[in-house]
Amino acid sequence: MAYSDKVLDHYENPRNVGALDKNDDHVGTGMVGAPACGDVMKLQIRVNDDGIIEDAKFKTYGCGSAIASSSLVTEWLKGKNLDQAMTIKNSDIAEELALPPVKIHCSVLAEDAIKAAIADLKQKQAA
Amino acid sequence: MSKTPIYLDYSATTPVDKRVAEAMIPYLTEKFGNPASRSHSFGWEADDAVENAREQVAALVNADSKEIVWTSGATESNNLAIKGAANFYAASKGKHIITVMTEHKAVIDPVRELERQGFEATFLEPEPNGLVDIAKFKAALRPDTVLASVMLVNNEIGVIQDIEAIGNLCRANGTIFHVDAAQATGKVEINLEKLPVDLMSFSAHKTYGPKGIGALYVRRKPRVRLEAQMHGGGHERGFRSGTLPTHQIVGMGEAFRIAKDEMALENARIRRLRDKLLAGLSEIEEVYVNGDLKQRVPHNLNISFNYVEGESLIMAVKDIAVSSGSACTSASLEPSYVLRALGRSDELAHSSIRFSIGRYTTEEDVDYTIDLLKTKIEKLRELSPLWEMFQEGIDISKVEWAAH
Repeated sequence: MAYSDKVLDHYENPRNVGALDKNDDHVGTGMVGAPACGDVMKLQIRVNDDGIIEDAKFKTYGCGSAIASSSLVTEWLKGKNLDQAMTIKNSDIAEELALPPVKIHCSVLAEDAIKAAIADLKQKQAA
Repeated sequence: MSKTPIYLDYSATTPVDKRVAEAMIPYLTEKFGNPASRSHSFGWEADDAVENAREQVAALVNADSKEIVWTSGATESNNLAIKGAANFYAASKGKHIITVMTEHKAVIDPVRELERQGFEATFLEPEPNGLVDIAKFKAALRPDTVLASVMLVNNEIGVIQDIEAIGNLCRANGTIFHVDAAQATGKVEINLEKLPVDLMSFSAHKTYGPKGIGALYVRRKPRVRLEAQMHGGGHERGFRSGTLPTHQIVGMGEAFRIAKDEMALENARIRRLRDKLLAGLSEIEEVYVNGDLKQRVPHNLNISFNYVEGESLIMAVKDIAVSSGSACTSASLEPSYVLRALGRSDELAHSSIRFSIGRYTTEEDVDYTIDLLKTKIEKLRELSPLWEMFQEGIDISKVEWAAH
């Protein structure tokens, strides 16, 4: 179980832990994974009226790599518009954190969480 | 302040007691003879030491020293007992074996091997507290049940099985009864003169002796026969060939002597520490003790911490050396099969920690551990969406999760 320094840093000092108001029209919430699989990620984004992501928060039940993957994407998401956010790929996350092959699914889950949060936001704003 | 990491994994292995190490050393250097050498004093001296140790091992479990066969450890003892007895008695009795789902792999795998050879095995499911229901055991016995194997003390959850009741049922059925007692020596009283047990496995390194040495008790009255698994010079009355490692044997003897002399006092001290640890950890919300608390050795505490994930939990508590119910090195997240057999959910099985306390655990170690767990569990729950949902009153088992 050799973790990279970046994973350990995010695990020890996770960025942007917390919750945004899920009923706010400017907030999109994505919850992915399953407890029985050992990972659940909740990612939330808040966009301003220009469609720029102003804030991102996460909570993750999972291993160090899952925590680090979600912590990292909250940093990456801030300042991006939704189209830019959609271009974040799991391979970018895995590369940045030097995830070993058995932990690639953590980065996949983080990408899924971004897409789920954006989908939730778009659904709300269309309504 | 305790020196970290704090060792709380005495069920994995124990340090060799210094008195044991001192007793062993002369048998590596000056008294190096082969105990099988009959023609000179080097051999006689080594043989005397081996026989003295055999008496010491027998004394701890109230057996006759002639009933003790040296092996390389409990895994070998289990293999010799299970395969040796099943194969010896199959022709006369039958080919059905009973064991329990929560046995150590060193029992389960030999039984699986016998299944491949044409035996039929029943793996009993324990009750949710980890104990075998005697009525269910009785119902599983058949006229052709040649062998039953049930451990005395479970390695993960520390529960003590009712060996006497199970043994009596085996006796009445003409079934050979094997007991893996690797985790029991020095922790519970064992009286083989009274217990209806035919074969019992022992290990030295779980009881402050060296690794690489163990023993198998083979009852003489009524006499139990075995097919040898290791063939060669006919050592150990043909049960187990191979030159005896005198220094290891001397170490096991001394370790078991100390266990016999000090068990009562030591267990009282360890129980106090365990109860303190339990009381401290119980102040954390949503913790679950795995396995029966009463019918259990004082050395073991196995606890699941709900709403935190197992691998991150182990990362968080790296200042203490403990075992986890989660096999985090494997790609397929496989939770402890023992906890699963008790009916624990995957999540609770994953987030379990086995604390095992021993001879050198101090009160400061326990205080440190309680503080560490309180801090780290709080931090991980701060991070956990499941904890947030629990706090909001959402029943997580009713949520439809997208499995991935």
